[in-house]
Amino acid sequence: MTERKQVIVKVKRRASPKEDSRWEEFALPWRPSMNVIICLRDIAENPVTREGKQTSPVAYDSNCLEEVCGSCAMVINGKARMACSALVDQLEQPIRIEPLTKFPVVRDLTVDRQFMFESLKRVKAWIPIDGTYNLGEGPRIAPEVQEKAYPLSRCITCGNCLEVCPQVNENNNFMGAAIFSQVRLFNMHPTGAMHAKERIQAVMGHGGIEDCANAQNCVKACPKEIPLTESLAEINRQAWKQALFGWLVG
Amino acid sequence: MRQPKIIVVGGGLAGLMATIRVAEAGVPVELFSIVPVKRSHSVCAQGGINAAKNQKGEGDTPQKHFDDTIYGGDFLANQPLVKRMCEAAPGIIDLLDRMGVTFNRTPEGLLDYRRFGGTLYHRTAFAGATTGQQLLYALDEQVRRHESEGRVAKREGWTFLSAVIDDAGIGRGICAMDLRSMEVKTFAADAVIFCTGGIGAIFGRSTNSVVCTGSAQSALFQQGVDYANGEFIQVHPTAIPGEDKLRLMSESARGEGGRVWVPRNPSEKRAPKSIPEGERFYFLEEWYPKYGNLVPRDIATRAIHRIVYQEKLGIGGQAAVYLDVTHIPRDVLDRKLEGILEIYEKFLGVDPREEPMKVFPAMHYTMGGLWVNGEDQATNVPGIYAAGECEYQYHGANRLGANSLVSCIFGGGLAGPAAVKYARSLEKGADAIEANVFSREQKRQDEMNDALISQQGSENPITIWKELGEIMTEHVTVTRINKNLESADAKIKELQARFKKINLSDRTRWSNQTLTFARELGNMLILARVITVGALCRNESRGAHYKPDFPERDDGNWLKTTRAKWVNNDIQLTYEPVDISQIPPRPRRYDAAK
Repeated sequence: MTERKQVIVKVKRRASPKEDSRWEEFALPWRPSMNVIICLRDIAENPVTREGKQTSPVAYDSNCLEEVCGSCAMVINGKARMACSALVDQLEQPIRIEPLTKFPVVRDLTVDRQFMFESLKRVKAWIPIDGTYNLGEGPRIAPEVQEKAYPLSRCITCGNCLEVCPQVNENNNFMGAAIFSQVRLFNMHPTGAMHAKERIQAVMGHGGIEDCANAQNCVKACPKEIPLTESLAEINRQAWKQALFGWLVG
Repeated sequence: MRQPKIIVVGGGLAGLMATIRVAEAGVPVELFSIVPVKRSHSVCAQGGINAAKNQKGEGDTPQKHFDDTIYGGDFLANQPLVKRMCEAAPGIIDLLDRMGVTFNRTPEGLLDYRRFGGTLYHRTAFAGATTGQQLLYALDEQVRRHESEGRVAKREGWTFLSAVIDDAGIGRGICAMDLRSMEVKTFAADAVIFCTGGIGAIFGRSTNSVVCTGSAQSALFQQGVDYANGEFIQVHPTAIPGEDKLRLMSESARGEGGRVWVPRNPSEKRAPKSIPEGERFYFLEEWYPKYGNLVPRDIATRAIHRIVYQEKLGIGGQAAVYLDVTHIPRDVLDRKLEGILEIYEKFLGVDPREEPMKVFPAMHYTMGGLWVNGEDQATNVPGIYAAGECEYQYHGANRLGANSLVSCIFGGGLAGPAAVKYARSLEKGADAIEANVFSREQKRQDEMNDALISQQGSENPITIWKELGEIMTEHVTVTRINKNLESADAKIKELQARFKKINLSDRTRWSNQTLTFARELGNMLILARVITVGALCRNESRGAHYKPDFPERDDGNWLKTTRAKWVNNDIQLTYEPVDISQIPPRPRRYDAAK
């Protein structure tokens, strides 16, 4: 009789923000094409640790399971990534699963990423249309401009770029590469460009673009391969331009 | 004048559009969502959004879009609102364009359009192969702007439990639960718009996101909101099988020239690329010469099932066929389809630009949903509106690809102002309703939670859910046979009995996902029965509803809408006529031009 192949998973648990973290280890039956989400579901169906101790299902965020909603970001074997696309057969065991560290933990692997959505408000990450009534077509846009904008607009606000950024820490409110990349996206649009100055003003000051220390970790951590360092450089350039010549153009 | 208040439940495309319209009317709106709205399931829509802009000079018109939609839906949709939607579609595209959606462009800087299933026109605007994501983000950004300017209050991380309905049978708000503190609370509103999306979880695995459980629709159904055409479930022909999810491979792959085939020889051993053209069976092109790979989804799905289960021609004897884009130039693939090809590559480790993809049909969409009137998205309960996939109005017996995004935005855009108008017309607003109406609903919900948390049973909710999914997928999707539907219904009833004995492995009151899931599961079981019983009773074949024992569409007996009601804690089916005032029904066939 051959022993069934197992997947060994270690999960960093935390019952609530008021309590301390602890590790639990699980042994799950291996199947082909498993990902980390399937591991967490297995645990939910049979919440028993490797030592045979009854425990509770692991709390975690997930939704689309195809890396387009941004929910299931976590630290897997030390790397910030999406759990749905983390395939078990490509991971070294035991698989260590932890919550993101740059956001407040809610429970187990769920964290509160509201900071990112607040930052999107701060930088006015939208096109200010007059209203939803019929005003005809939008501006014409060259295909090459669309091809530059589209990859930026695929940002899923997962927070992995903040997780790996040394400038995002307790002493600094650095908004993170994703936000500056959105500013670049909206400043690039013909209508958005009319309000570029407001956005650039919003990226200056506390937590703004000048806090980027150019570690370049963000671009490597981005699951959507967004050219984040290009965006940071571009917004830095726009900010300098506005700081130096802003008074000239009023 | 009294200032009314509106609640929107669900922050996908329909919910966001409704929210924007209410905010524009100057009425305070509170938006509830389980997930941050930017993570809603609309992000999963891939291929595009339909509008007859005729930008390829083919003579396309909204009237043709309307005809394709009605014909594609096998004449089950009420026609007037569908007509209005098709007429509004070009304006919706313009609006999205103004909001900054990164639609693909032509060399002239205009929006590019591609072909999709069930039409012969280039009618589908697209942003790569992540159109839903791009559209959702555009509306999310507009809502964020309204939020920062104080017109919208978001409550993300709350799940809807039930409507608050007063003794006169009027909706006065909702009861919801904070997913962190597990606090149950009621919220008063003069009107509530439900945009709670799909029901994929009832089928276990589907192309839907985790939150698409249909729980909200089921809860409303049990409170007296009727549910229409539940038996019409769309199974998408091309998805990648997976244990956690069946990941969609968009129809746009075929719209851009992708071809579906199997080896003619069932014991074929060669790699797909080395099989010569003559030994490949392009069955859709052969069986449906006019539409080829772009037949509607119900037709393509049944053809694939026939190839696999009757002709025994599935690849290597398995339930799979090839979806082949390897003949399309790489730069075209990267410009127009990158998002979906990336999914295939990431989850299977195979580059679909080099190797044909292996796909199989998967539950994808519900045409049925909450009953709404033919005017303004109002349900049969005053003060309760519905828009988006959670309602039944636009797609008849089968939805055409790229019509869902347009129906979400159109329906949401209609529901917002309708709810405002209704709320303003009320003599007595929700704030004047006696407190008891709210407190009794909260008590009812608290008691349900307490019972689940404290009971000591022997059943696991996930196990019951998996069994439900297996029953539904096997018997209530592509091929429906009455004796199997009967046994499926009996099995669901058994699961309901077992559900009463579930044991939660988490009894805490902080971010307890097990409790939330158990609440959803109870609702899923009831909606599963609505679907199954509806399918059992409808003895004909129409659109996605196919019964080999009743292979023809039967307009004499069945050109009618199924309208399920909850009476004495059980499902009662009633029927009402379909509004066919615009296009008289005619036979639906895709082997020749219509």
